[in-house]
Amino acid sequence: MAQIKEMQGLTYASNEQAGTITTAEPTIEKETRSEEDLDLPWQVIVHNDPVNLMSYVTMVFQRVFGYPREKAEKHMLEVHHGGRSILWSGMREPAELYVQQLHGYLLLATLEKVS
Amino acid sequence: MEIHRRKDQIELSELDPFLAELLRQIPTSADPNGVPAAEQRIFSSPSSGKETEICAEWKTYVEPELRRLFQTATETVATDLQQLNGNEKSFANRTLRIPSKHADAWLSALNQARLVIAAKHDFTENELNDHFRSPIGSRRDLSLFQVNFYGFLQEFILRELED
Repeated sequence: MAQIKEMQGLTYASNEQAGTITTAEPTIEKETRSEEDLDLPWQVIVHNDPVNLMSYVTMVFQRVFGYPREKAEKHMLEVHHGGRSILWSGMREPAELYVQQLHGYLLLATLEKVS
Repeated sequence: MEIHRRKDQIELSELDPFLAELLRQIPTSADPNGVPAAEQRIFSSPSSGKETEICAEWKTYVEPELRRLFQTATETVATDLQQLNGNEKSFANRTLRIPSKHADAWLSALNQARLVIAAKHDFTENELNDHFRSPIGSRRDLSLFQVNFYGFLQEFILRELED
């Protein structure tokens, strides 16, 4: 499976004396992406941990995802009461980076493919 | 013990020898080496187990980075803790000043220590939430007190970061 992206770059050359305008041939750029990139999205999940403080977890969500306090607290409470919360979903690469950052703050975070 | 914000630092004053000793133990307590449960918790898996390729890459590329990150934090804390190693009388109360720019390192080291201690003793959620457990009668009780004391410090530092 491939995704084709077309970009037409048009350049104009003018010849005022002759009163004509010539248009250069359009350039077509093709960008291909692997099947994996186009596959189902990935989820960043944070799991409950009895040691990490609620205020600390809220701060981490604010820092890592840039969430406002209310949203960060909502997710923190979801983790606390429900055992887990989906913090983000999307392409694999940014999801991996989010999980890495969360582990840097010592949170129990995993990356899961949406089934 | 008293804890205050003073300009660009957090000051812990009137630290009795017992609390000063608990603080001195942060870097050692944060080390998960030799405790498989603690190693497993500090360097937890990035996937629920189905994604073996991700786990293998993680071990090779990410885990060493995390080790460095955690080590840097504990080293910063260990340097700040040298203030407690003066030539004062051993039973005199001490003061510790934590520069605000070290707040993140302290949050990390305190968290590492709490997680390692909790994993080592396999504390239950009920035990961790029992803040009125006393007196300290065993090594386990002391470790639980240590986890709660470090948690109290974390809360204070977090409040300071919010202001």
